Amino acid sequence: MYDAGKIVLGIGIFLVLVLVPFLYNWSTPAAVTAPELKLPTTSTQCVEATDYMRVSHMDLLNQWRDIVVREGRREYVSRLSGKTFDMSLSRTCLDCHSNKAEFCDACHNYLAVKPFCWDCHVEPKKEGA
Amino acid sequence: MLEKALTGNRNYWLWVGFLLVIMGTGGACWLWQYNVGLTITGLSRDVVWGFYIAQFTFLVGVAASAVMVVLPYYLHNYKAFGKMTILGEFLAIASVIMCMSFIFVDMGMPNRIFNVFLHPTPNSMMFWDIVSLGGYLLLNLLISWVTLGAERRDDPPPRWIKPIILLSIPWAVSIHTVTAFLYSGLAARPFWLTAILAPRFLASAFSAGPALLILLALVLRKISSFEPGKEAIEKLAEIVTYAMCINVFFVLMELFTALYADIPEHVHHLQFLFKGLEGEGNLAPLMWLSIILAVVSLVLLINPRTRRNEKFLIFACVAVFVSLWIDKGLAMVVAGFVPSPLGHVAHYAPTAPELLISLAIYASGLLIITGLYKIALEVRGEIKT
Amino acid sequence: MDGSRRGFLWLAGLTALGAAGAASLKALAQHAEGPSVTVGLQGETRWAMVVDLDKFRLHKSWNRCIVACHRVHNVPSIPIKDDEIKWIWTEEFEKAFPSEEHEYVADRYRQLPVPVLCNHCNNPPCTRVCPTQATWKRASDGIVMMDWHRCIGCRYCIVACPYGSRSFNWRDPRPYIEGGAHRDFPTRMRGVVEKCTFCEERLAKGLKPACVEACEHGELVFGNLEDPDSEVRQLLREHFTIRRKANLGTQPEVYYIV
Repeated sequence: MYDAGKIVLGIGIFLVLVLVPFLYNWSTPAAVTAPELKLPTTSTQCVEATDYMRVSHMDLLNQWRDIVVREGRREYVSRLSGKTFDMSLSRTCLDCHSNKAEFCDACHNYLAVKPFCWDCHVEPKKEGA
Repeated sequence: MLEKALTGNRNYWLWVGFLLVIMGTGGACWLWQYNVGLTITGLSRDVVWGFYIAQFTFLVGVAASAVMVVLPYYLHNYKAFGKMTILGEFLAIASVIMCMSFIFVDMGMPNRIFNVFLHPTPNSMMFWDIVSLGGYLLLNLLISWVTLGAERRDDPPPRWIKPIILLSIPWAVSIHTVTAFLYSGLAARPFWLTAILAPRFLASAFSAGPALLILLALVLRKISSFEPGKEAIEKLAEIVTYAMCINVFFVLMELFTALYADIPEHVHHLQFLFKGLEGEGNLAPLMWLSIILAVVSLVLLINPRTRRNEKFLIFACVAVFVSLWIDKGLAMVVAGFVPSPLGHVAHYAPTAPELLISLAIYASGLLIITGLYKIALEVRGEIKT
Repeated sequence: MDGSRRGFLWLAGLTALGAAGAASLKALAQHAEGPSVTVGLQGETRWAMVVDLDKFRLHKSWNRCIVACHRVHNVPSIPIKDDEIKWIWTEEFEKAFPSEEHEYVADRYRQLPVPVLCNHCNNPPCTRVCPTQATWKRASDGIVMMDWHRCIGCRYCIVACPYGSRSFNWRDPRPYIEGGAHRDFPTRMRGVVEKCTFCEERLAKGLKPACVEACEHGELVFGNLEDPDSEVRQLLREHFTIRRKANLGTQPEVYYIV
């Protein structure tokens, strides 16, 4: 083929660029085991079932956001327990999950997920901070 | 056809490289602005729109001005504009892209731009502005691609493109009318609350745009074997003349109404612009320069002897462009905010990062024009070897 | 269309256009959030506020309201005036009511500080111009509301507001929140517009707006205009009131007893 040298070089550069995320992870001693979450001590039951929350807490929060902000309603009835909760991330969720670093961030950092909720929603102050 | 923009002589690549450097510098500034916030601009609680939005406003006019060559050629078969229409359409494409870029860098949350499409809001003029700009961009992309492609094959363009070209004529008028509506529908801003704002926008657009087109055509004639034709240049010059006369007339109408009725909330903005208000008057020297340039340009343009003399014409076109840029690209937007609705006089001047980001957008527009004009000239075999 | 590069570009362009257009059309069809402009609400609730300028002058209590509001809502105190954010503040009488400015303003009103805030107009120009409905007038109670998740920071609402009620976050506000941000109200991030929301989060719990509660002498009164027996309706029956820039037709719902 024409310009074989340039083409092969180009493909090589392309492959390196595309594989950079994987190369980066191989080179840093990243955690191989899943993070261990520190569960809250104040309550054993969340707003919804653990399996559902593990998969869909983001969906739930988005629903809460739209209902609270755009419809002005704040009461949420849990499908799990029938209890009524105030739809609030900073209060309802974080009153129990008060250690964001050891609960929320543990999984988020492991998966390189950066939810921008925390730009605005205030997290509980650390003990003694 | 696009590959024709990727070949060029040394001067071509030096020019492209120069533009890329400016774009890189401004791009870095914008990344800083995205991180820190718009506080790095000169904007403030009272003057919330400034240099960026003013450039957007001015460039919508330049984009709309393509209609001044498209209308005579396609609607009235004015053959002399045959070689100019593609230049007008390419200028429109570059201008609209610059407009969108200026809006983008002015937004507080540019990553949320798609909210405008996810939550369309027909009562908002800004929604319609974005729709009409997007549509105009697509129209011009389609029209220029199809007509230039046909020219390349030495064929007449396909028949179905004609109604689309005709659509672009009222669409061009509409993009600038909608942009004027952004301003002229606001009870809060008496400086802009005038029915003549949209006609003024169009008149100044149809002066500044064709003036720029003349200058671009003459530049192309110098660096390539492109020949716009004496008749095309003369006719465009006549269009600039009439449009500038109408524009100056409209400005005088505005001045009369505001100054004769002497209502403070209308007069104060003009006072800020031409004299200064409570110590703020950084735009006054530029306003007077704009007036002088407008008068000088009219004298040169109305007199056929100077209008037909290329050296005087070039000076007149530059004068028209600069005068109208000062008017729309600096004064009009800022003066709407000074004094504020609460009667406060704020200071506004663009900061260095603001100017660098703006310069980068202008450079990107020049880059687009360079590439597109290169393609057009190559297709016509008019590149000087 | 042949399989050439040009054909590919055509197809890619048409697909992108189709996808974008379809999404937009779908969103337009599902535009079921209610009108963003409601003139002359006929619902059960229409919140309004009555400001007693004489009581403020007597007790010099303007700061109590401002501090209460800004504390409850994590409003930052930014020392750079260009970047300042304020939901409720005071303006000189002549600036708050420009139509009443002249050489012989009564002594007790000359340069009197007047508390100003969002008027939650019945015919708001700000909601008319918002391109994403990040701000809208609630049909249920007339509050002009803010959605900080949706705001794109274009600042068109600020341009349209005749009262200067709105502030833009030119920078990250967190470092400037006195005492640090508390959890009972989110802060806002750099890049969005904010303003008074008539304490809708407190109203939802049956509380009065923070500024009203902070008043010790009834300088601010808040209530439902649709209830003929409410305190605001009584005050409006008994006292002459003025509103800011009423001639613009915005129908502001903050009334000033003079």
